Amino acid sequence: MTNSIKEIEGMEVIFIIGSNTKETHPVIANRMIKAYRKGTKIIVADPRRVPMVKFAELFLNLRPGTDVALLNGLAHVILKEGIYNKEFIDEKTEGFNEWKASVEKFTPEYVEEITGVPSGDIIKAARLYGGSRKAGIFYTMGITQHTCGTDNVNAIANLALLTGNIGRESTGINPLRGQNNVQGSSDAGALPNVYPGYQRVDVPEIQNKFEEAWGVELSPKQGLKSTEMVPAALKGKIKALYVIGENPLVTDPNLNHTFEAFKNLEFLVVQDIFMTDTAQLADVILPAACFAEKDGTFTNTERKVQRIRKAVNPPGEAKNDTTIIMEVSKRLGYPMDYESSEEVLEEFGRVWPALQGITYKRIETQGIPWPCPTKDHPGTEYLYKGGFPRGKVHFTGVNFLPPAEITDKDYPFVLTTGRNLFQYHAGSMTRRVAPIEAHAGEAYVEINPADGERLNIKDGDIVKVLSRRGEIKIKARITNRVSKGIIFIPMHYREAAANVLTSDEALDRHVKTPEYKVSAVRIEK
Amino acid sequence: MVTITIDGKKIEIPENTTVLEAARMLDIPIPTLCHHPKLTPFGGCRMCIVEIKGIPRPVTSCTTPVSEGMEVATSTAQLEGLRKTVMELILSDHPNDCMICEKAGACTLQELAYFYGVRENRLAGERRTYTKKDGNPFIERDLEKCILCSRCVKACDEIQGVEAIDFGYRGFKSKICTSYEKDLDCEFCGQCVAVCPTGAHTGKQWAFKGRQKDIREIDTVCPYCGTGCNITLHVRKSVSGEEVVRVTSKEDTWNEGWLCVKGRFGYKFINNPDRLTKPLIRITPKDREASGVKREENSPYDSHLTPYELFREATWDEALDYVASRLKEIKEKHGADSIGGLSSARCTNEENYLFQKFIRAVIGTNNIDHCARL
Repeated sequence: MTNSIKEIEGMEVIFIIGSNTKETHPVIANRMIKAYRKGTKIIVADPRRVPMVKFAELFLNLRPGTDVALLNGLAHVILKEGIYNKEFIDEKTEGFNEWKASVEKFTPEYVEEITGVPSGDIIKAARLYGGSRKAGIFYTMGITQHTCGTDNVNAIANLALLTGNIGRESTGINPLRGQNNVQGSSDAGALPNVYPGYQRVDVPEIQNKFEEAWGVELSPKQGLKSTEMVPAALKGKIKALYVIGENPLVTDPNLNHTFEAFKNLEFLVVQDIFMTDTAQLADVILPAACFAEKDGTFTNTERKVQRIRKAVNPPGEAKNDTTIIMEVSKRLGYPMDYESSEEVLEEFGRVWPALQGITYKRIETQGIPWPCPTKDHPGTEYLYKGGFPRGKVHFTGVNFLPPAEITDKDYPFVLTTGRNLFQYHAGSMTRRVAPIEAHAGEAYVEINPADGERLNIKDGDIVKVLSRRGEIKIKARITNRVSKGIIFIPMHYREAAANVLTSDEALDRHVKTPEYKVSAVRIEK
Repeated sequence: MVTITIDGKKIEIPENTTVLEAARMLDIPIPTLCHHPKLTPFGGCRMCIVEIKGIPRPVTSCTTPVSEGMEVATSTAQLEGLRKTVMELILSDHPNDCMICEKAGACTLQELAYFYGVRENRLAGERRTYTKKDGNPFIERDLEKCILCSRCVKACDEIQGVEAIDFGYRGFKSKICTSYEKDLDCEFCGQCVAVCPTGAHTGKQWAFKGRQKDIREIDTVCPYCGTGCNITLHVRKSVSGEEVVRVTSKEDTWNEGWLCVKGRFGYKFINNPDRLTKPLIRITPKDREASGVKREENSPYDSHLTPYELFREATWDEALDYVASRLKEIKEKHGADSIGGLSSARCTNEENYLFQKFIRAVIGTNNIDHCARL
């Protein structure tokens, strides 16, 4: 997030696109509702009638995978009506004129044709967002889990640049992060192309810096992305995987394929708190401590580094991940001797100045959002105050390209996947919580009533859902939440795993994120 | 700004402040039951009454805005007498259940009854009787303990935007219920549990799990989504060690004490018997049939063997030596780039930092990623 969560209250307009905020980030939704009570206008763009629609001034019910067209359409109207922020564009951006030409064809009528959103609503939304100088955009995986995910994000950025809705309080672009520390693990460099702090591995000066810091030679070659490791394992190019606290055998696309790939590994280490589906294929399982059993920090979606504290001991012989990694490292001839987790954070701060000012003592009662370069720096509530780090920011023209898999006679439905309110991700935690399991323990597929009637499927019927990759049996839930022709399956249920159906070949062209939000499927009774 | 005097103390405050808020700024205690700082004022319980010079009768301080020159008395013999009567009225229709009530020790009603010394009740009479009929697995609602303060109704509406419950019926029959007392359409965020001043709303999971005095509180961060709500783990000593028995969130956290169903009720995985407790080494081949991992009709990865039949227990030394020697072997034979690491968005910054350092500096490859991409 470029803003902090608190700043939501001060926004005039909240534009939520591809985020089921009320179910996936409920407490951020609370803050949005608080803003709504004070008069903030909310626009929701989503293929599903998600619960936040109840608070929306406008609901743009677009077809899955057509976000670029919608976003370009909004930009088109903002340009046409002259409500863009000329001063901001002149001062802080470049490439405006070239980009302007790229949205020329996205008239409301043309966008209606692609997205299914009435042109009148597109104009209204453009006026609402474009007319405000204190607006925030919020998105999650509905934007990123597409072959055009990067394009979607660029189109969002263009919209913010066009209106100057970034770099001020209560004004910005806010991807809501889906896991407790997905921000932190990215910051820490658990990515194949960058060291901690997003410093590229293939830039010699940076490589040298880290070689010096760590006292070893490092590889100058970018590594494989997770969605590349799995096919590489299948081809035998990856021989060993060391997996900590992830469960790709429920969360990766095309699970049949993932299973074969993991089975093909010569050696698999899984370090986790439960016997997950992935652990069942391991050669060695190392029992780890959970969040309540260790000290450390998590960085939340607003970049705030917060303290987590040990409350109880790990069960049995389970150890915390830090200890296990240090033990393995020692055995491979590279002793890592950290006395405490804080020492690790200190080292992290030395290689990435944005964290340098953060100590455990400073975040004893309240977290600090990075960048926080010095010990007396208060942290940064919102980014880009007084300008962008690279100087002027470029408008990036993006064209609309349809999703990789288009519906046809054999696979006439669009499947979109996601989370629900009660379960969490692969379910290894929440599915072991009795009341959650009692209330939401059964997998389901959301089907529109018209489709249900046409296929003679009633609420509660068990149906078969098939894609080109596989099939699952699952209970039908007849609901207006999804539009005709679209079905939704939550990802949490291993026994009817949505990811048996999703594709591992339809990946974002740049960052290789799978297109979980659009698969062509068929329903059979 | 206006200047007012409360119990002889002067304070300058913004015009839209209430008398109650002004008194709290001055650290002057005024008892309340229905008031909650994050919810709109209700003026229902009448405990917060004060005397204001020029106004003939006591007024509720939670609903009265300040005005210039106001002179307020918060504790006079008449006010305390009235408050005691209010307590007696409330308690005349409240079960004397403190001995086994979950809320005991953290109950505002109990506190005030103690403060005003109300035990024998001269107003005893007809009592509301309700059968508990909530089928939900999260929240216990005991309407006999409800004092109709409306905090739960307001939290459900104002904070959560759900409006699952409201006042039903009138007069003595008033109760908090769903529309037409039909199905509960609830997100189970438990905000109602958090704001309830009595034992009317409690969490089913922490029933009989320990009194407040036996509990140690540890402030930490929720392990679920990326919002990072601040939570407090309630830990109780038990025979088998210590156990997290409840999760709450404090009002002065950035998330204002609000949580969702997972954050508030989803903690029982911590001391779940399924937790891995010992290093395990595989003893069966990975072949689906031989390993017992068979393809069930709609469950491709399920196993008809328990996972523990696929593995044997090992000591840490054995398991770590095995991991190190196998990784070394594969690196020597196939090169560092034949090894990859998947780190975890569930783990801490420190752990992620160390693991990527391990993969890069020790294994010697940049094949490190995590689920941010998915």
